[in-house]
Amino acid sequence: MASPVLSAVKYANVTKGFLRDAVRCVSTTSSLQSPRRPKTGGKNIVLVEGVRTPFLQSGTTYKDLMPHDLARTALKGLLKRTDVNKSDVEYVVFGTVIQEVNTSNVAREASLGAGFSQKTPAHTVTQACISSNQAITTCIGLIASGQADAVIAGGVETMSDVPIRWGRKLRQMALKMNRTKGVQNQLSLLFRTLASKPALLEIPAVAEFSTGEVMGHSADRLCAAFGISRIEQDEYALRSHSKAHWASEKGLLSDVLPYKVPGVADTVVKDNGIRPSTIEQMSKLKAAFIKPHGTITAANSSFLTDGASACLLMTEEKALELGYKPKAYLREFVYVSQDPKDQLLLGPAYATPKVLERAGLAMSDISVFEFHEAFAGQILANLKAMDSDYFAKTYMNRTEKVGTPDLSKFNLWGGSLSIGHPFGATGVRLITTAANRLADEDGQFALVAACAAGGIGHGMIVERYPQK
Amino acid sequence: AGIAQVSIDKNMHVLLKDMSLAGLARGEEQIFKGLQLDTKKRKITSFERDLIYSNLDATLSYDDFHKCDMVIEAVFEDLNIKHHVIKEVEQYIPEHCVFASNTSALPISKIATASKRPEKIIGMHYFSPVDKMQLLEIITTPETSKDTVATAVDVGLRQGKLVIIVGDGPGFYTTRILAPMLAEAVRLLQEGVNPQQLDKVTTGFGWPVGMATLADEVGIDVAAHVAEDLGKAFGSRFGGGDPAVLKEMVAAGLLGRKSGKGCFVYDPSKGKKKGKTENMEALAILNQHRLTPTSANTTEDYQYRLFSRFVNEAIMCLQEGILTTPLEGDIGAVFGLGFPPFFGGPFRYIDLHGAGQLVDRMRRYEQIYGEQFTPCQLLLDHAKDSSKKFHSSK
Repeated sequence: MASPVLSAVKYANVTKGFLRDAVRCVSTTSSLQSPRRPKTGGKNIVLVEGVRTPFLQSGTTYKDLMPHDLARTALKGLLKRTDVNKSDVEYVVFGTVIQEVNTSNVAREASLGAGFSQKTPAHTVTQACISSNQAITTCIGLIASGQADAVIAGGVETMSDVPIRWGRKLRQMALKMNRTKGVQNQLSLLFRTLASKPALLEIPAVAEFSTGEVMGHSADRLCAAFGISRIEQDEYALRSHSKAHWASEKGLLSDVLPYKVPGVADTVVKDNGIRPSTIEQMSKLKAAFIKPHGTITAANSSFLTDGASACLLMTEEKALELGYKPKAYLREFVYVSQDPKDQLLLGPAYATPKVLERAGLAMSDISVFEFHEAFAGQILANLKAMDSDYFAKTYMNRTEKVGTPDLSKFNLWGGSLSIGHPFGATGVRLITTAANRLADEDGQFALVAACAAGGIGHGMIVERYPQK
Repeated sequence: AGIAQVSIDKNMHVLLKDMSLAGLARGEEQIFKGLQLDTKKRKITSFERDLIYSNLDATLSYDDFHKCDMVIEAVFEDLNIKHHVIKEVEQYIPEHCVFASNTSALPISKIATASKRPEKIIGMHYFSPVDKMQLLEIITTPETSKDTVATAVDVGLRQGKLVIIVGDGPGFYTTRILAPMLAEAVRLLQEGVNPQQLDKVTTGFGWPVGMATLADEVGIDVAAHVAEDLGKAFGSRFGGGDPAVLKEMVAAGLLGRKSGKGCFVYDPSKGKKKGKTENMEALAILNQHRLTPTSANTTEDYQYRLFSRFVNEAIMCLQEGILTTPLEGDIGAVFGLGFPPFFGGPFRYIDLHGAGQLVDRMRRYEQIYGEQFTPCQLLLDHAKDSSKKFHSSK
């Protein structure tokens, strides 16, 4: 499989520059050759398999489930799909955004419930929409630093049940009430608190804490700034839904597990948010965020979704030792961060050139693009930013524009817009889809990118595992 | 599904396979509901419930069957279907895998003819509802290997069941001893004892469930089917009431609890006691098959006519080698069929109350009804020699 030159490249102690050029030559002349020198602590880290529950619109069939139920189902599905011994999995990391207080370490509750040994540690991470990407890279860190050879990364989100809390003053009153003795004192505490007209309920919103701005609002401003029209966004949304529908019908969404929800007669077997419509229908919708003349509507945004995902990661050695045929190598990755006020959703634009550079690859080397679709407008804005010399020079400190991904390689099986976006679970779906598409489209490199609330972005290179 | 339920909470990993997604979903739902009930009763926490449920792997394919150590088949009571299933399953299971059939009446040796390894075929007859009824009747054929029996018993014990091992005759043990009593019950109904009275008579004797209610629970169609099959196997000795009565009830849709009406009409909205009323349709059918009552028409007569046929058949099973020990006979009767527990079982009853008095009663009924009340040889032996006991006293 490996030619002598490539083995030398892989293990020799060479300078970064030489390596990059050498690799560039090799990769453009012959695809599907041996992997380049890995950067993850000297190990090749592979994706063995990734699965997910069907993603459903919040408030539908999953509405009575708790996050650990969804996560547990994803874990059980992964166990069944890979037939891995629970005792071989050394760590479980899950990403999630809206935490259910009772199961704050949802990774632990889910893994125990799925039958993993009590001796397998687990923890939960949060990084808004890229939480499961963070779970994956955290796992990469564990593997690279030699703490584990086989781990599971996943993500989960349910928006059917959100933590609606008493207002802060009322909470403080309740805690104080615990320590207050005597009916007189208790009553006086109650009246004092109520007299100050406290907020009764605190309902979480998808808003930036630092700016107080709802994400959709920010996206609307972004579209205005980049001059992205309503019709362009509706067309992109239609593209997403149509492609998702096509992929679903063709059976390409092989990461989807069947889910028998307790109390529901029919087993859930597919995502229920995919609904290709028409431009005419979509144009009837009113602006959802900046009314009345905003361009973002319900049809061209991702929707509140419930779902979970999980993937099995190992060192290449371990995977082969256990008899697996890995799907892909997880290569270079970056996290980028910018202004949450005016650049909230531009993560992919920043992450893409950075991760390509780190990997020594050009945009043209990428056969598969999987970008998280928070809003149609967000995707289009990122594409415009990457196509703009002005943007590159002014904001990215670059000499020329990044260049846009080839749309004929871009999100060909639909995206978060149509399939759904359970915040914590999307990352694993993107990585798994990228790996599956590489196999289906016979490509070598995939680029996964996503934006996240807080003004953070992520990019990762996924490399197809060579077929013998 | 019940069998899976009592296995997964004992740390056994169970593959639940069905033909369709809908059927599979129903099975999963039933199991989950059962676990949920235990959770509500605080027997297990919701976490334990989920953990137990994780032991269940519901699937439509044979993919993981190569990992199975035992297959328990609980498909429709049709020999051809069971043969088809055996042939299909045997393509996937490993050498050592035991194949058990949860059949209530089909002879195991007949089922085994479709198998490539008949020594690994065994009967494991569970009682409904599986999560509540403790008895497991294991049926062996002369071909069944010792390790197969040992495996079946081991699994049964781990599932928390009381296990008896019986031979492969028509109706095995439990179905066989119940049948004559059910036939007698039909005759009583025809003689004018209405269902409510029949229930009172039998519960008054010590049966936990009245005879008419029991018939409804078992299913009139099942009762009819069993009566026909065992009638063919054992002849008129198994007769009693007119089989046409059961057939007509089935034809009229009076199947018992499963169809909402049988001897009684079941109205779930009215609760357990008030919701059970006598079924006029059933009474009408019975009226058409009226038999004149005989001199054996006191309450005590009714009780002993039913009781003696049951006990006699049980003893005959020991006599014929279907049972190997009286103890298993007692356990099977009490835990599988609700034999009055304070008697300890049919064999214990004979030891305590004497075979002689039962034989005398039976002789009286024999005068009226004939060979259906002829005491079997073993019973007569115990009547002749009152020092003969089924259970040695220690």
